[in-house]
Amino acid sequence: MARSVTTQHKTIATVAAWIVALLIFFPILYTIITSFKSEQEAIQGFNLIPSGTFESYAEVQAQSGYFKFFLNSVLLSVGSTILALLVAIPAAWSMAFSPTKRTKDILMWMLSTKMMPAVAVLFPIYLIFRNLGLLDSRIGLMVMLMLINLPIVVWMLYTYFREIPGEILEAARMDGASLWNEIVYVLTPMAVPGIASTMLLNIILAWNEAFWTIRLTTTDAAPLTAFISSFSSPQGLFWAKLSAASTLAIAPILIMGWFSQKQLVRGLTFGAVK
Amino acid sequence: MATQQTRSLARFMMAPSVLLLLVWMVVPLALTLWFSFQQYNPLNPVRDGFVGLSNYALFYSNPAFLQSILNTLILVISVLLITVIGGILLALLIDQPMWGQGIVRILVISPFFVMPPVAALVWKNMIMHPQYGVFADIARFFGAQPIDWFGQHPMTAIIIIVAWQWLPFATLILLTALQSLDGEQKEAAEMDGAGFFSRFIYLTLPHMSRAITVVILIQTIFLLSVYAEILVTTNGGPGYASTNLPFLVYQKALLEFKIGQASAGGIIAVILANIVAFFAMRAVGKNLDK
Repeated sequence: MARSVTTQHKTIATVAAWIVALLIFFPILYTIITSFKSEQEAIQGFNLIPSGTFESYAEVQAQSGYFKFFLNSVLLSVGSTILALLVAIPAAWSMAFSPTKRTKDILMWMLSTKMMPAVAVLFPIYLIFRNLGLLDSRIGLMVMLMLINLPIVVWMLYTYFREIPGEILEAARMDGASLWNEIVYVLTPMAVPGIASTMLLNIILAWNEAFWTIRLTTTDAAPLTAFISSFSSPQGLFWAKLSAASTLAIAPILIMGWFSQKQLVRGLTFGAVK
Repeated sequence: MATQQTRSLARFMMAPSVLLLLVWMVVPLALTLWFSFQQYNPLNPVRDGFVGLSNYALFYSNPAFLQSILNTLILVISVLLITVIGGILLALLIDQPMWGQGIVRILVISPFFVMPPVAALVWKNMIMHPQYGVFADIARFFGAQPIDWFGQHPMTAIIIIVAWQWLPFATLILLTALQSLDGEQKEAAEMDGAGFFSRFIYLTLPHMSRAITVVILIQTIFLLSVYAEILVTTNGGPGYASTNLPFLVYQKALLEFKIGQASAGGIIAVILANIVAFFAMRAVGKNLDK
């Protein structure tokens, strides 16, 4: 009985959802469209059909050396993620497979470090970085991003590892495998999907981190967040160029994000919603 | 027998993470606390020294301080209201059977992956610009005067931008929760003649309550420290009209070099975050017990 209205219901839902979705997506869509306009076109009022020029892309690279910032973003997000995984995998592992009474407290404490407002430690970090000569260095920022995301990485890995059945571990132990062998030969292959998901989410988070990456860099280590922020003081008309730079800055992560929706929910809710 | 060895190995495996986070948490925070009781100016070190609580008094008597606390709260609460209510409605809509649901999901979630400076600049220049923005085009089309968003309604403008960034997150999480609702339960309620509204109030909403809590708590953590969006749009202005607490601390520390006052502000931000964290930890902690 309820099924008879299905087609009508479905049509209405489809139209409504598409309108809302396109409205939400519009700023991104319009940025992509504008990036293919000339600067003249870009300010001539609302227009959804660009002339299709690539000149803004060429100019962004020629004027500001866009590629260097892009490369820094890649190095920082991937580098900090690998560092975080190296530190977090053993920790999450031992918490998932040899939990003690304090495991839960340690996890909660790690999460609590994530809640410290970055701005509260801005000056001390700035001072430490300056005294160690780490200002505007990729290594310094990589460590910084690693520390910021470490709690999320540990948590995410922990929730994945916990789902690996313990019996396999028992069996391996019975066969006389050491803990090290257990990790390398038995469990790592089973953990790869969880590790990959964690890696993906963490790269996205590190790529978009926009406090420390802006404040601790000037030129050499500056990633795209800092580069884009430099557009905030306008010099002349630059709509198309800004759009081209923005499109390039968000495209890789947007596509990665589309593939990681499920992991995103899990990672950002610390496993509370799956 | 092997457990003793296993246990010490487990401790050894955990050590790097724990030590790193311990240092990362304790050292900078201790320094901030220390600086908050000092007069410290890297540009003018003559009067440096211990000053007791006067930084807190100075920070507190600064009219910008109260304004910044107020702005912080307005921003957090407005964005939470928009994203939670909007997120529930959107999740309900997307959960309906439709054509192209996967693409709709992708379009809706996209703003979350846009880095904050890009989101802010795109809105500032392409959408809200009083001359060349899309909003101005629309206003002119209807013969109205375009609004100078960042000059006249800076907080509203920032709230719109930040809500745009977080609505996808709320929607995605609430949708995930919604889709885990037992189909049989829904059908049973439908058979019993429960209308859409009573089904929503008595079945859907309670089912989503944990997801809603999680959305509120996680967003609050991030919303308390909104920074880049303000930096690239209004720079805190006009005056202090759109300065939040993190932005004020940044201004004091790196623009005015009033390190003592900035540190006092930082400690206040920590206290504020801790109040939120207290509730957040309890909610997430419950999940571990299940």
